Amino acid sequence: MDKILDIKDLHISFVTYGGEVQAVRGVNLELYRGETLAIVGESGCGKSVTANSIMKLIPSPPGKIKQGSIHFKGKDMTKLSNKEVRKIRGVDISMIFQDPMTALNPTLTIGDQLTEGIKQHRKISAKQANHHAIDMLNLVGIPNPDERMKQYPHQFSGGMRQRIVIAMALICEPELLIADEPTTALDVTIQAQILQLFQKIQRETGVSIILITHDLGIVAKVANRIAVMYAGKVIETGTRQEIFYHPNHPYTQGLLNSVPRLDQKGEKLIPIDGTPPDLFAPPDGCPFTARCPNAMEVCSRIYPFQTELSQTHAVDCWLQDERAKKYIASSL
Amino acid sequence: MAKYILKRFALMVVTVLIIATLTFFLMNLLPGSPLNEERSTNEAVQQNLEAHFNLDEPLIVQYVLYLKSIATFDFGPSIKQPTETVNSLLSRGFPISAELGIWTILTAVISGIALGVFAALKHNGLIDYIAMTVAVLGISVPNFVLATLLIQELAVNLDIFPAATWSSPAHMVLPILALATGPMAIIARLTRSSMLETLTQDYIKTARAKGLSPVKVIIKHALRNALMPVVTILGTLMAGILTGTFVIEKIFAIPGMGKYFVESINQRDYPVIMGTTVFYSVFLVFMLFLVDIAYGLLDPRIKLHDEGGG
Repeated sequence: MDKILDIKDLHISFVTYGGEVQAVRGVNLELYRGETLAIVGESGCGKSVTANSIMKLIPSPPGKIKQGSIHFKGKDMTKLSNKEVRKIRGVDISMIFQDPMTALNPTLTIGDQLTEGIKQHRKISAKQANHHAIDMLNLVGIPNPDERMKQYPHQFSGGMRQRIVIAMALICEPELLIADEPTTALDVTIQAQILQLFQKIQRETGVSIILITHDLGIVAKVANRIAVMYAGKVIETGTRQEIFYHPNHPYTQGLLNSVPRLDQKGEKLIPIDGTPPDLFAPPDGCPFTARCPNAMEVCSRIYPFQTELSQTHAVDCWLQDERAKKYIASSL
Repeated sequence: MAKYILKRFALMVVTVLIIATLTFFLMNLLPGSPLNEERSTNEAVQQNLEAHFNLDEPLIVQYVLYLKSIATFDFGPSIKQPTETVNSLLSRGFPISAELGIWTILTAVISGIALGVFAALKHNGLIDYIAMTVAVLGISVPNFVLATLLIQELAVNLDIFPAATWSSPAHMVLPILALATGPMAIIARLTRSSMLETLTQDYIKTARAKGLSPVKVIIKHALRNALMPVVTILGTLMAGILTGTFVIEKIFAIPGMGKYFVESINQRDYPVIMGTTVFYSVFLVFMLFLVDIAYGLLDPRIKLHDEGGG
């Protein structure tokens, strides 16, 4: 398969008065054409920062890419000038943000906001741009698009606004769509509609999607592959089946245990005790050690090597290391 | 919209009426009258004069006569300058005051917004600190102090601009500077803080994610939203500039309306006091009305009508 995005050893820090927050600490991610990759993790694990960094949308200062590369279709985004990045933004890569209530400019009409991107990047007339925008509104399921184009964001509901934001992101036919918690601010019925919309769009346009979320329900519905992030690192990646049926990292297992399930009635939810480590001074070893039910001595000292469990499934955990297995076997 | 304007118009009439009534009775509470002076006049002459200006009528009759003059916008002759009518004074003074006022507002708004935007974009940088120091100074120094300082330095010592009067563009520089600095400083500070807030909004990120140029993001997406608070205080600032013109016109010997206003109070020239007051209030109330309309145009969420109406 065609690799569209390749992130290698990405380090991102935010320099604040209190010190340097190491938000992303060596992330490796790959994305293939036409697939949906979900990045999951709790608040502050670095998933949004990673996503924003792909288009260089991290506010700088204080944010800074310290190390690593982001190759999009062979070009290293970290080395491009701002002007070159602007030619990619909205054209090859588009982004959808969390809160549709604030993602649209309240003082401009929907039509204006939909068409300004395509007018900027393509040499087309205002009329053609309008046509495109109306097509997009049809695609995302907004009724009466002609009239709606002249309206302002406050005249739309939350779900409608998110559809508009999606239409806006798709208008230049991007190859990669990054959705940063696109359904978090919406109620459950609207969530389901928006997710169906994502699937429809992917079928019709073949766009690759990076979906950032902390909602495992969404992940189970739409993701092909999943990357679980914790304290600025990707601790486990795998296909949807691998992550949901064979989670290998104790954190992934903890996440899955803390989600209510319809097929197991009356089971108690098991929360993960404790809080994530302070990223001002991240620990040397595995950052999950303090919360891990199976932590070993080595965990707190040395960060685990990556263990490849299958071609698609990899985990950063000492428990999966060959040597740990031998040790566990001998002690039994 | 039409209903809103109509309602606002009715409110404006009431406002002007209240101002006019208050001015009339306060003016009559002042000791003395326009006709008593140091030198004693003949009793008969005095009575004739009073009759001529209707000053011998009971107060309530004078009030009704005065309301009539407002309705017809004809304030009659000046008592102290018998060759002039109030209307002729106004029509001579107003263009000059308006010129001073308009240039002052333009200067204050344009430079204030520019200063605020640059300060916000270079947040915590050198430009920011310089701009905000200038702004604090501008707010703290009263315009009459600034006016005299400007005359001393730029007119007397350096001889770049003329010190007073109003005859050429060069004459206009110092009064406009003196009058515009305060409002400019207020606008600059307001624009900066509101711009800083706007730049962190999600829709700015959306605009950047579309690949728009920084200039377009700032002017099209940020500035329009950042200017809301500025438009809100524009009405108040205009009132400030208006009263500022009294002082500045006096200092720079500018023959505008402010001069007649101040003189008429000193001389108890009743028709001129009433005429200028009503004129100023109508003007200000109308400006505030324009600001409200502008607010509605800038922000589509603000609807210019009341609940139930349209």
